Amino acid sequence: MTYQRPTFKHPGLPKNNLGYTFKEYEGGLSTLCAGCGHDSISASIVEACFKLNIEPHKVAKLSGIGCSSKTPTYFLGNSHGFNSVHGRMPSVATGASLVNQELMYFGVSGDGDSASIGMGQFVHAIRRNLNMVYIVMNNGCYGLTKGQDSATADEGSKSKAGSVNMFQAIDLAGLALELGAGFVAQSFSGDKTQLIPLIEAAMKYEGFAFINVISPCVTFNNNVGSTKSYDYVRQHIEATSTIDFVPIQEEILTNYKEGDHKNIKLHDGSYVMLNKLEKDWDPGDKNSAFSALQKARDKQEILTGLIYLEENPTNLNKLLNTNSSKPLSKLTEKELCPGTKTLQIINDGFK
Amino acid sequence: MSSSIKVNDLVVKFANVNGTGSASANYLFAKAIFRMGIPVTPKNIFPSNIQGLPTWYEVRISEKGYYGRRDGIDIMVCVNPQSMMQDVKSVKTGGYFLYDNTKKLHPSFIRDDINYIGVPLMEMCNREYSDPRQRQLFKNIIYVGALTALLNIEFEVFEDLLADQFQGKEKLIAPNIKALQLGVDYIKDHYSYPLPLRVERRDLIGDKILVDGNTACGLGAVYGGATVAAWYPITPSTSVVEAYESYVKEFRVDPITGQNNYAIVQAEDELAALGMVIGASWNGARSFTATSGPGVSLMNEFLGLAYFAEIPAVLIDVQRTGPSTGMPTRTQQSDILLAAYASHGDSKHVLLFPSTPKECFEFTATALDLAERLQTPIILLTDLDLGMNDHVSDPFVWDENRKYDRGKVYDASDLDKIEKFGRYLDTDGDGIPYRTYPGTHPTKGSFFTRGTSHNEYAGYTEDGEDYVKNVDRLLLKWETAKTIVPAPDLYQANNNSKEGILFFGTSMYSAEESLDQLAEKGLKMDAIRIKSFPFNNTVENFIHSHDVVYVIEQNRDAQLKSLLVNELSIDPNKLISILNYDGMPITAYKITSNILEKSKFTIAQTANI
Ligand SMILES: Cc1ncc(C[n+]2csc(CCOP(=O)(O)OP(=O)(O)O)c2C)c(N)n1
Ligand code: SF4
Ligand SMILES: [Mg+2]
Repeated sequence: MTYQRPTFKHPGLPKNNLGYTFKEYEGGLSTLCAGCGHDSISASIVEACFKLNIEPHKVAKLSGIGCSSKTPTYFLGNSHGFNSVHGRMPSVATGASLVNQELMYFGVSGDGDSASIGMGQFVHAIRRNLNMVYIVMNNGCYGLTKGQDSATADEGSKSKAGSVNMFQAIDLAGLALELGAGFVAQSFSGDKTQLIPLIEAAMKYEGFAFINVISPCVTFNNNVGSTKSYDYVRQHIEATSTIDFVPIQEEILTNYKEGDHKNIKLHDGSYVMLNKLEKDWDPGDKNSAFSALQKARDKQEILTGLIYLEENPTNLNKLLNTNSSKPLSKLTEKELCPGTKTLQIINDGFK
Repeated sequence: MSSSIKVNDLVVKFANVNGTGSASANYLFAKAIFRMGIPVTPKNIFPSNIQGLPTWYEVRISEKGYYGRRDGIDIMVCVNPQSMMQDVKSVKTGGYFLYDNTKKLHPSFIRDDINYIGVPLMEMCNREYSDPRQRQLFKNIIYVGALTALLNIEFEVFEDLLADQFQGKEKLIAPNIKALQLGVDYIKDHYSYPLPLRVERRDLIGDKILVDGNTACGLGAVYGGATVAAWYPITPSTSVVEAYESYVKEFRVDPITGQNNYAIVQAEDELAALGMVIGASWNGARSFTATSGPGVSLMNEFLGLAYFAEIPAVLIDVQRTGPSTGMPTRTQQSDILLAAYASHGDSKHVLLFPSTPKECFEFTATALDLAERLQTPIILLTDLDLGMNDHVSDPFVWDENRKYDRGKVYDASDLDKIEKFGRYLDTDGDGIPYRTYPGTHPTKGSFFTRGTSHNEYAGYTEDGEDYVKNVDRLLLKWETAKTIVPAPDLYQANNNSKEGILFFGTSMYSAEESLDQLAEKGLKMDAIRIKSFPFNNTVENFIHSHDVVYVIEQNRDAQLKSLLVNELSIDPNKLISILNYDGMPITAYKITSNILEKSKFTIAQTANI
């Protein structure tokens, strides 16, 4: 069975600045359950890439294993994708990103994939500051293995079968912040207006950009008592601000009252525009980001939106000073092999 | 005690305390013999410890050019009271025991069948040096001085060696020379010298080099064009990436931009290390990792992914003594089955078995070619003995015109020419499909890499027929691999003995010596050295053309034999195992005595053939 979309293209479809239609950012048909939050996130990714004028083949999509990790087949069909093994996407992304700095690395993972089996790789990807977008589609359960609690399930959250989770939840956004991720955001699969600009900004960010997206599992964790159900999330969501992404070519037109908004300039000249800021929160200040997360937690609310943005990010390739003008894959014998004469000298050193 | 003169045939063993600077003094001794043109094999027998436990350094000197380990210590230099009882016992009858006689030797250490040479090392050091660290370091150099006089080593050789060693730190040369001289003088003043056991300059080294296998692997990775190295520290493999690092820092920095044409990541564990290699290879770079048994155990899942999704990867496994943490600083060849069939499901991997540093260099570069040609993991199985001990080796060679085999990769113009790209289509009939690097073409050639079952177009499939077609193609690829992996070495043009001997890796040294010993006894045997898995026809023919084949291995379970039996459907009774698994390199004595004991063909019968 293959789940391919029809390739027929309507001549009148709108195109972006690169001349690509929306369709060219889509992937195969989803095989996830109808209503699964993950599908909405895929749709947001497609829209963000279309709007951002990304060349599809300049993106490498990577994932682990899980319903969430399947989604890279459902977006960016013209990009290379890599569905690796459970929890190990970060290492594969690390290796890939070292090779070619011309590509954008887009990682997708689940809460089981990142917060349990892949926790080690997740934290080390952050620590090394990979230049990538890292999205966790967080449903508080293991969808693909039929709904067991994951490590992000809230204490007290009730499963479909009625059992109550007795363990504390791992807060991935808080963890990412603590470990030094330069871009930390949290969102909800059902809130496209917030999620799309966050993804756009994350893709333009030249460092580790993490988005923890609450993404309800309709089949196993959408019941009354679950803190990851659509209803619960909708009722408990609180945004740090509204967010717009203003690409480099466009002018900022809207005027907001002083104190209500903040524009953050990204490396390529584009802007993240934040409006109606949460009191006492400054996205450039880590302490206030921590405290905003903690306050929301205390009120049993889910803080969404941009949480933290370090304006001068670094990344692994910069730290390692790897060739930025030519991918390592394109280097030839000339650049790589020290040659026969040098080998003679090396041999002499062992005599 | 015989006093007949014996030249260039002895084993000297040093007993030291770990972390006291003895390693460089002992190496200086071995290198001096090498510089005198005499075949020499040093072996470091060290504990899994940083400071304080006993450590030994064994040096075999062999005019005949035997580089394997030999039992029987001719001279024991003991500067470790902890191990003294065991060290005294290990000396051959008629041998020598050199010790620090600052304190009188307890009578329990006295054997009447060996000779004692006391040198008051501590007393001399305390008299000559005031700094405690110097007292410790120069104690080692003094005993090397004593050996210089006892064995008749040319003093000038040390002057050259020290000049080389301390380039840029010339101040250190004189005190070392002084310490050497102290040792020489003490012997000259107190003993008759040289001993009947001694060394004499020869010209048996030629252009050979003295180097360890890990350095050779690291250098091979540089020459072979590896740009990404990911690893997690583990003895005895650590120095592979360390060597790679020191060479790339010298040779791989772009002179104009100052940027690196390499990337090295110390991963969080071996899983991640191999994941990084796979990610880098998928993205078109040549990449490798180095580890030892425990790391390979962790890498299993990823090895299966790379096998099934057909992603190149190079893994250097410097084997140590297992199982589990085992004896981490002892050698073995015991990861063969683990490596050959790593990961769940039907999976098997190409293995390379280097025997010498030169082969470590060559095979690492070859592994990078093979990985890309075959789009699969290539596992280089070396061991602690080869990796960490210095070996006299033919020099490294590199053909100036050698081109990397980057395998089957479509670029943008190739893609423009084809109708529909199929990542797993067997276009050429050799089981090897074409791949594309990410970012190659705006609309063609992208595909989804997955460890789930896939059809020829990389699409997910649960169709049994598609699945079978795919895994059968992998078997065809396996057949192709047989034709391009390093071929075995046959020791004879035509097989002519009824019994043959088969070996691989570091057993080569002692096996070759054993072949001579057997021939001396009238038992001339055909021999084959295997250099890779899958086994090709030559291996199969060799086994079929002998009644019995002795398979020499350094593990308990006869793992290579199992692989031979399993892969070539050989009658197990035909393969007689000679096994060594105590953590020390196998000796020729062990091989020869076992073969003589097990051989069905008596010496007389063989002579009659
Ligand atoms: C090594 C290993 N162990 C277990 C599994 C089985 N498994 C597949 S997906 C999954 C959990 C996925 O959960 P999550 O990452 O949250 O993704 P979701 O399906 O919820 O989107 C598990 C345990 C596996 N594939 N590999
Ligand atoms: S099981 Fe849950 S996570 Fe998986 S596809 Fe269905 S709804 Fe989505
Ligand atoms: Mg989940």
